Amino acid sequence: MADKLMLEVITPSRAVVREEVEMVVAPGEWGEFGALPNHAAYLTAIKLGELRYKVGNKTEYAIVSGGFAEIVADRATFLVTSAEKSHEVDIARALKAKERAEQRLQAVAAKREAIDVARAQAALQRALWRLKIAERAK
Amino acid sequence: MATLKDVLRKIGAVKKTQQITKAMNMVAAAKLRGAQAKMENFRPYAGKFAEVIGSLSAHLNVEASPLLEQREVKNIELLLVTADRGLCGSFNGNLNNVAEKFLRAKGAEGVGTSLVCLGRKGRDYFRRRETNMRASHIDVMGRFDMSNAITIAQDLASRFIGGESDEVYVVSAHFISMAIQRPVTRKLLPISPEELGGPGETAGAAREYLYEPSPEQLISSLLPTHVNVQVYSAMLETSASEHAARMTAMDNASRNCKDLIRSLSLTYNKARQAAITRELMDIVGGAEALKK
Repeated sequence: MADKLMLEVITPSRAVVREEVEMVVAPGEWGEFGALPNHAAYLTAIKLGELRYKVGNKTEYAIVSGGFAEIVADRATFLVTSAEKSHEVDIARALKAKERAEQRLQAVAAKREAIDVARAQAALQRALWRLKIAERAK
Repeated sequence: MATLKDVLRKIGAVKKTQQITKAMNMVAAAKLRGAQAKMENFRPYAGKFAEVIGSLSAHLNVEASPLLEQREVKNIELLLVTADRGLCGSFNGNLNNVAEKFLRAKGAEGVGTSLVCLGRKGRDYFRRRETNMRASHIDVMGRFDMSNAITIAQDLASRFIGGESDEVYVVSAHFISMAIQRPVTRKLLPISPEELGGPGETAGAAREYLYEPSPEQLISSLLPTHVNVQVYSAMLETSASEHAARMTAMDNASRNCKDLIRSLSLTYNKARQAAITRELMDIVGGAEALKK
């Protein structure tokens, strides 16, 4: 029986996290869930949000966007379109993205432009999560 | 017989060409490493993805997603992935040939065809021919990431769902080894369930998962991603193949330059010796004449 969980967060361009952790908490489709070692085989969709994992006494944070996760006994594999650890978040870029998305949404509210509201909102959400998680690194 | 100066000039020209081909060879080698690194990074994602989809494919039914719908084929769409640049041997030509033959065969069956080109060389080739080119994406092969692939894949998928195309195919290069790259034609849409339950099936079937949400919902949300993954891996493989093909082509070109320089040097030396001999004969002839 393993007392550690092998956590892997994989995006199409690289493996963001690959380490042994004691616990992981992730944003599942139906709300946040936690997984400890020896979890039952579990397959779930992942939505945008914060991924927390505990290594020793430290808790690390990362942002994950849409994808899914497979948890089997002592392995947790997250396949997501994008992921960044808290200290990797580009704050300047996130701020810019937030501004841009807000402007777009305002433009929509004022009916000046017909643009994709869903896309702008998704961009805003991503930017807000990034900022929140970057905050955690401090 | 060419004069000495002409031959010398020619040797200089060939040497310069050789420098260029050698440089291009090295650039291609560096880019190939980049492309291969991308492939390496993508492999765990693609592998795991195939495994999960395979284990879910048991729960697949045709109503689960519009991407699975088999229709009577009236219109097909072809995504042709080529390189943006030439000078890589017959690489682009092969891909274009395969695509053209494919379109012609489908056209002969009375099926409407349309084409989406990814890469400049394919676009340029088919622009001059009678094809229904719907869209083209150029300058993405060099520095693409997954987001380009997603844009293209979603465009193809939405046309398929909208009923504008009944089948979607991809022509791209398959990277077999440094020396061999082969054009392949694959069906992208509709997704066939047999194809999904590949090697991952046996491993997945043995496990009983807790699913959240239901497996049916899960797989229908994963299928669009499956299309993205297919398009992205086609792009990656084509890009790696392009650089490998260019390396081989430039290697051959450098070798040909070397041969050419050798034979030109021989001509040059022969001409030089002939000239020296001629001069000596003149001098000796002149001296003989003075003696008398």
